[in-house]
Amino acid sequence: MNRHVKIKSARSAAQSHFRTLRLGTPFQPRIDALGLKQDWYSWAGYRAPHSLWDEELEYFAIRSQAALFDISPMTKYRIEGPDAEAYLDRVTLRDVTKLKPGRVHYTAWCDDEGFVLDDGTLFRLSSTRFRLCSQERHLPWLLDSAIGYEVSVEEETEAVAGLALQGPTSFAILRDAGFAGVERLKIFDLAEFAHDGATITISRTGFTGDLGYELFVPADKALSLWDRLMAAGELRGIRAIGYTALNRARLEAGLIVANADFTASEHAIRADRLRMPDEIGLGFMVDPEKGHFNGRRAILEARARKKLHHVLVGLEIEGNIPAEHAIVYYRKSHEVGLVSAAMWSPMAKRNIALASLQRPYGDTIVDDLWVEIYAMRELQYQKLMKKAKVVPRPFIKLDRRTANPPADF
Amino acid sequence: MKAWDAIVIGGGHNGLVNACYLQRAGLDVLVVEKNDWVGGAATSRELTPGFLYSNCSYVCSLFRPEIMRDLELPRFGLQVISYEGGAVFTRDGDYLANYRDHDAHRREFARFSKRDAEAYDRYSRDVTRQCRFIQPLLMRTAPDPTSFRPRDLGELLYLGKKFAGLTAEEMVLTLRFWTMSISDFLDEYFETDVIKANFAISGIIGTALGPMSPGTAYVLLHHYMGEVDGSVGAWGYARGGMGSVTKALAASFKASGGTIRTGSEVDHVLIKSGKAKGVVLAGGEEIFGKLVISNADVKRTFLKLVEEKELPDIFLRRVRNFKIRGSSGKVNIALDSLPEFPALPKDSPVYRADMHFTDSIERMERAYDDWKAGRWSADPFLDMMIPTTLDPTMAPPGKHFMSCFVQYAPPKIDGREWTAADRDGFAESVISQIADYSPGFRDRIVHMEVRTPREIEAEVGLTEGNIFQGELTFDQLLFNRPVPGYAQYRSPVGGLYMCGSSTHPGGGVMGAPGRNAAAEILRDLAKPTLHMSPAHDVI
Repeated sequence: MNRHVKIKSARSAAQSHFRTLRLGTPFQPRIDALGLKQDWYSWAGYRAPHSLWDEELEYFAIRSQAALFDISPMTKYRIEGPDAEAYLDRVTLRDVTKLKPGRVHYTAWCDDEGFVLDDGTLFRLSSTRFRLCSQERHLPWLLDSAIGYEVSVEEETEAVAGLALQGPTSFAILRDAGFAGVERLKIFDLAEFAHDGATITISRTGFTGDLGYELFVPADKALSLWDRLMAAGELRGIRAIGYTALNRARLEAGLIVANADFTASEHAIRADRLRMPDEIGLGFMVDPEKGHFNGRRAILEARARKKLHHVLVGLEIEGNIPAEHAIVYYRKSHEVGLVSAAMWSPMAKRNIALASLQRPYGDTIVDDLWVEIYAMRELQYQKLMKKAKVVPRPFIKLDRRTANPPADF
Repeated sequence: MKAWDAIVIGGGHNGLVNACYLQRAGLDVLVVEKNDWVGGAATSRELTPGFLYSNCSYVCSLFRPEIMRDLELPRFGLQVISYEGGAVFTRDGDYLANYRDHDAHRREFARFSKRDAEAYDRYSRDVTRQCRFIQPLLMRTAPDPTSFRPRDLGELLYLGKKFAGLTAEEMVLTLRFWTMSISDFLDEYFETDVIKANFAISGIIGTALGPMSPGTAYVLLHHYMGEVDGSVGAWGYARGGMGSVTKALAASFKASGGTIRTGSEVDHVLIKSGKAKGVVLAGGEEIFGKLVISNADVKRTFLKLVEEKELPDIFLRRVRNFKIRGSSGKVNIALDSLPEFPALPKDSPVYRADMHFTDSIERMERAYDDWKAGRWSADPFLDMMIPTTLDPTMAPPGKHFMSCFVQYAPPKIDGREWTAADRDGFAESVISQIADYSPGFRDRIVHMEVRTPREIEAEVGLTEGNIFQGELTFDQLLFNRPVPGYAQYRSPVGGLYMCGSSTHPGGGVMGAPGRNAAAEILRDLAKPTLHMSPAHDVI
């Protein structure tokens, strides 16, 4: 092939994406084989399963055995360079100098007005190399913020595949799969392991509030990793799951999702939908001691002037009917907020919810809160006014999540 | 002799919208139209057997859904269909497509720049915020800031409140947006030439400005604030061509008892003691009416149809200086088969989208340089589409109608009138550009209609062929459109109103000027306006 023809065929391959509006992830052949329900949704343009065979049973796989969930569509940035630490310290809320190599932390980042752009996890792979994972895409913001720093920012979503292995037997599966040393990982630790001639990253992290791990693998080694885990997990009850089950687990763990529990600032068309970290329960991340970071001035000013209008709370609601997207009232009449996620928690045996309330409700006024549930039953709304109590998150706390060494089921 | 309650001069979409609302309010309304057909610049014409041409306006988005509903236009045959996105062909044999699917759109942009691909969300958020600010103003009469009438104060307060409701950041952006060039605006978001060229298109269409001229960012907004059935910013085809819009309006008008006289060119407005009394046709026939409403642009209305002595000096001077400059032309082509574009995969949805060949802002600006020098652009900007890929009613199966909107075309060539030879040279610049990207294109042409500003003015009556009846620059918007002090559809002549695109909120097949003018007229007559839906909520 001459050079011209080569360029042309590379170009037409790149153009051809319009024929596949929902891409497969590197794990797609395995997921398709298990997707008995063919129940897909679009996760950032990828064909992702709502549920593979039974969303209830998929949830119980997380809590009783081990569940394998494809997180490849998550946006990933590789951030590298001598100034990477200082740069990320400037971009994100938490103190990155306290994040040691081999550690992960959950963080968030804001625009200059102090409004949350996104939350995500920051993996420190070495002293000068990081991986930032998030729901939304931020390349222009990350590149603009990098001006003046010796750091490179590269989007690597397609190059790196990811799996979450979550549940009580997840440790035993990794050990049985031959990842020697994985028992040394404490919660939020990460380490590199050999796999199929490549290096993969395993971290003791997850989105379920359970014992669990996340694995990042070069895309071309994804299938062999899947097979390795499935083989090792066969006797430990490993099951692949879809998002509905994971979403239940994350709600029990009290974790929030961008653009579900709050509107990310680059998506907020209506100015009153913007949220500062303190308004979505992420105030704990803000480190005023660490020096300048994006949004610092605005956040501190809003705190000083008491201009934080909202608060995100966990609610426990009487009864067992999920209060999804219910309006929250004070004294049954005064509207004070909205439930963004709700479910009956099988682990807590309580009716739980996340809600955004207008301060002072949920902040200093926490009594006499009610939710109005519209339960559609055979083409009729059964309207229920139920008492709601503000409770701390997470809604469940599992010792096995943090136990060392991790339990060997 | 019969005196009509109202005579509308010109059967364009705004004239017909206005006439419909007045007729439905119980007035006895006559529309007089100089051509043998109605439609103005929203027509479908069979200029060669079997092919319908949308030979002026060619796409639909701005037309207000409130009007479609009030006037029952679907009942009279109006159907608007969304089309795919669009594409800009690049000179190196590639193209940049705009896909409707958000992620496909991002992936396509990422072929050129990963950064630009991820910048789109913020761009789209910011532009949407500006649209939401502007949209509610479309269906309201602009306030007169010099008046102390409670209504004007109320409207000013509304405007002020809306502005004050913006965050500081948005306010800054709004002011920048209304005054910036589209090129500077896009530089704040994107880095890639072809991506910026792709978005700049909406900033120059119909405007005698280049992408680097201040004020073009607003023009982009004007093209973004329409919708197809709630999908804001989307564009569609009127099934059967743009004439379907005015055909439906005319049918609605007649069904409610209105009268249309085609082939009746108005020579002048009959004015007695400073009051309009009717119109005099070119043949000398006098038609009497209690009110006269002109759908013609403000220059044609007051410099040709009204005697100068009837008008105040300052008004006249401002009308003369109103910017309504010819900047575009149109080439309408009947094709005996679908053209091929080797750069495009055969199954690409882009065939059903708008297509462009100007892949940088620099090239657009150079095309504008030719306009300034009094020439048509040697390397023109084309907004080209083939509606028959989605609309089976406009050409026989397998055959196609292609619409090419062309910029820039000056109102005069080197200061003299256009000649037939100029027109052919202009057409050749268009055809040769298309043929560069579509081998064998010339052989597919069955028939072609070429319209320079000269032809558009002669047939449609738009001064200089300006599609918006006046530039959409900030000095000619809101309470300054068309002339300060006369932005509420009334004129210095009693009983003479304006309802064309020269008035707020401006051009495009929107209908809002016609509707707003009807509301003012009915207010003056103390008639109810219950048959006029309020503007749809923007929530």
